[in-house]
Amino acid sequence: MSNLSRRKLITTGLAATAGASGLAVAARLAHRYGLIPPDHGGIYGAGETLTYGFQRLLTRHSMAREFPRSQISKTPFPNGDPPQDEAFKRLQARGFADWRLAVDGMVARPASFSLAELKSYPSRSQITHLACEEGWSFIAEWTGVPLFHVLDAVGVLPQARYVVYFSIQRDWWDSVDMADALHPQTLVTYGMNGNELPVGHGGPMRLRIPRQLGYKNVKYITRLTVTDSLKGFGKGLGSASPEGGYAWYAGI
Amino acid sequence: MVRVTHWITTLCFFALLITGIEIVISHPRFYWGEAGNVLTPALFELPIPASRPTVPTGYGFVLPDQNGWSRYLHFQAAWIAVSTGLLYAVYGLFTRHFRKNLLPAAGDLSGRALWSEIASHLRFKPPGEAEARSYNVLQRLTYLFVIFVAFPLAIWTGLAMSPAIASAFPATVTVFGGQQSARTIHFFVSVFLLLFLLVHIAMVWLAGFRNRMRAMITGRAGAHKEHA
Repeated sequence: MSNLSRRKLITTGLAATAGASGLAVAARLAHRYGLIPPDHGGIYGAGETLTYGFQRLLTRHSMAREFPRSQISKTPFPNGDPPQDEAFKRLQARGFADWRLAVDGMVARPASFSLAELKSYPSRSQITHLACEEGWSFIAEWTGVPLFHVLDAVGVLPQARYVVYFSIQRDWWDSVDMADALHPQTLVTYGMNGNELPVGHGGPMRLRIPRQLGYKNVKYITRLTVTDSLKGFGKGLGSASPEGGYAWYAGI
Repeated sequence: MVRVTHWITTLCFFALLITGIEIVISHPRFYWGEAGNVLTPALFELPIPASRPTVPTGYGFVLPDQNGWSRYLHFQAAWIAVSTGLLYAVYGLFTRHFRKNLLPAAGDLSGRALWSEIASHLRFKPPGEAEARSYNVLQRLTYLFVIFVAFPLAIWTGLAMSPAIASAFPATVTVFGGQQSARTIHFFVSVFLLLFLLVHIAMVWLAGFRNRMRAMITGRAGAHKEHA
């Protein structure tokens, strides 16, 4: 018994030491390569960091699945009501002609775009899945300008690491890392299934990130801020989601 | 190692089960194929209230929403369970644990041997001395199924619900016929694992709870009091 347990003790000790120093090295590397999510603290931070880190390594350039036209859902579900305030209704009454998307932060030329201006940029249409964290989903054709075109137009500075986006609904704001911001399928969406984007689905402008769950796809976006750190935004957790108890990264 | 991984898995399973129930309450409807929502006919619905007002359940109230921490904990427990499972699998292969303790002997798989084992189970015959130290053929087959079919399928269908994983490895989803199919299968595998857990506990109870628990924790069989 003593022989076996001594050997066991030594191997376990060695494994634990190797594991601990391995973890320390891994943490430094992960930080350098941007594999740590802003909500890495707290009791669930470890699992969240593993998920985000591994998925960033595996999915940096992967493309969300696109579907044939026959797969488009006949009943896309608009979760929630459009904003009820007067300001939104006034904009809606004028066909959103006065809607602006401001882009600021770490950019060479801060700018503000109207719907018509965004529509003059190269557009992309894609038939993708929108899945809610609750479990339901639908497939639709989304049309918009890839976010990287907008970012190219304003000249993103090299130290940029995140794009924070805000909605006319003040309590719904979010952010993505540059891998998702520059991803060709990330669209400032203004059309759905061949029509204007309905207000129920976020019209006039919604950020569509098909590799993440529905709640990252903020509706009624009005402002984008390019930044190198999320510390100054809200409670510094990256978006309104972790402040409400939900993960910042929603690729699951 | 087998016992340590067993109890870590047990803790993870309870965490996954409770958070899984919390998550399913937010949308207790199931679909087949790629997509489905409250405007689509359901494959089936659970007759329970929901934690979101958008789901028509027939109940006049909405349960409190617990999805945030449930999702964080579900995925953290999944990471621990998967790492533990991999450790167990590697250990089991190297030490021949699977071959020695779980693969049934060829003779035990004949129809007659299987039937006599089933019959003695049905008569609630208490396990003999030999069985206190080794698994019988029904145990072996069940454990092999749980370890090599049910758990991997639960992990796979779980991953298939991730839009990012699906983007990198589309086959994880298409093999099931869609993301909603994967969700439905994930639900059924979880129900199966819950049933396994209940039967597993019942069998430990019937075989002598204190002795079996001591064996499962310390590794000592101690079939009789005087030897303990």
